[in-house]
Amino acid sequence: MASFARYLRFVVGALAFSFMVALSMPAMAQQPSQVDPAARAVHEQQLLKEFDRIQGRVTIPDKRSDVLEQPAGREWQYFHSVTLRWIGGIAILGMLAVLVAFYLTRGMVRIQTGRSGRTIVRFSGFERFVHWMTAVCFVILGISGLNITFGRPLLLPLIGFDAFSEWSQWAKYAHNYLSFPFTIGVILIFLMWLAGNIPNKVDVEWLKRGGGIVGEGHPPAYRFNAGQKAIYWIVVLGGGAVAITGYQLMFPFYVTNIEGMQLAQAVHAIVSVLFIAVMLAHIYIGTIGMEGAFEAMGEGTVDLNWAKEHHSLWLDEESARTGTGNVRHQPSSTPAE
Amino acid sequence: MARMKFLCDADRCIECNACVTACKNENEVPWGINRRRVVTINDGKPGERSISMACMHCTDAPCQAVCPVNCFYTTEDGVVLHSKDLCIGCGYCFYACPFGAPQYPKVGNFGSRGKMDKCTFCAGGPEADGSKAEYEKYGANRLAEGKLPLCAEMCSTKSLLAGDGEIIAQIYKERVTKRGYGSGAWGWKTAYRETIAS
Repeated sequence: MASFARYLRFVVGALAFSFMVALSMPAMAQQPSQVDPAARAVHEQQLLKEFDRIQGRVTIPDKRSDVLEQPAGREWQYFHSVTLRWIGGIAILGMLAVLVAFYLTRGMVRIQTGRSGRTIVRFSGFERFVHWMTAVCFVILGISGLNITFGRPLLLPLIGFDAFSEWSQWAKYAHNYLSFPFTIGVILIFLMWLAGNIPNKVDVEWLKRGGGIVGEGHPPAYRFNAGQKAIYWIVVLGGGAVAITGYQLMFPFYVTNIEGMQLAQAVHAIVSVLFIAVMLAHIYIGTIGMEGAFEAMGEGTVDLNWAKEHHSLWLDEESARTGTGNVRHQPSSTPAE
Repeated sequence: MARMKFLCDADRCIECNACVTACKNENEVPWGINRRRVVTINDGKPGERSISMACMHCTDAPCQAVCPVNCFYTTEDGVVLHSKDLCIGCGYCFYACPFGAPQYPKVGNFGSRGKMDKCTFCAGGPEADGSKAEYEKYGANRLAEGKLPLCAEMCSTKSLLAGDGEIIAQIYKERVTKRGYGSGAWGWKTAYRETIAS
């Protein structure tokens, strides 16, 4: 009897189960049309269209890693490998070509009246120190910076992987650490020469006459002519821009995100190559481009006739201020031409 | 030769982070470095998805193109590897990488990031396959042993696939057909310039 009762219970149970299954069949068949598990799912291309990059949440401490995807990296890479090389190449080689052509046609700008043999103080020891500190840093920063962009195609094939890597490592350290004296130099240049570099009416006249270097004769100028003022503002603003973006790169992700880092690098690189191109012209005019110019920053004094020709108004000012006390007589050291 | 790729099926990933742990353990990855990570999009909202991401071993890898010292190379299997001996830790590969794969052992002040570290598709580095030097610098070389990356091998839901691009694409396609939906192969368009039509 007990076994029959168990059999009955089994049959009833089985029947009840099949009834339930039969009932639920239509519902199961309908399920895919009712519940689509992917209906509200986030879609990659949709997100990229909306935000340019896909960001989410991560459970690791490195919060930068919450950027899942940033296709802009490829664009930045193209900028660095192609665009930047074109900009830098054209700016620097173009400037060199212009300078060579200029030197071959115009030659060195001579002191027209010859040397007087008498000199006047133009830059103090402190001014020259600041100038040369900034200049030496700039040259090293320029070379080590250009190495990052142009070293791989130009220098690496010549010296090989290991030597190039070693050199680049040192160049990187030099680049990072010399940025500090360079930045201090730019700040000091800004402060100590600001007064003489405010643009005024004399600059308009100077520019109209091509600064005397393109046209004929020497337009009057105070301590700094319009060309020097341009160099000053390029150093101050360009130097400021490379310093700000440079420190962003040196302290990555402290103040900005991945997009900001890419932008900082692009600004840093473009300003730098243009800066280098301009400085080539500055170096040219301060050395082989003009007679009597280098000694202004070298010994700190210039010939009286040089001052008369290039900075007539400044010489008037100085003479009025100090009488002739500032003008030193040098009978033997600089023979007149 | 196969063209090795990763594919994360976002509709299967449950954010268990086993891939992350497997990678760290297999390759003895130093503290603070994550060669692989799981990112959750729209966390806690309807339609949230988690994606396990590491180096995708891109076609025309941007890291390789941007590296100032040319320390990257692509193997016959399409795996993007690099030499830690040549790396100067400039950090440019991180800016170029669409997937945030490059990692640096140091914080990065004063340009001292240290040698870059990233997913090797469990394929080691330029040193001799399976050598001690290779293991210390780059971790395991499972590929040389005929094995696939451990992250994908360990994946509990078989969300993360690693292997020949054509084969894993085929597996994914079949899945999508069978279940009737799929949010696509994340990152493939950016990494390989192709998508899996489903």
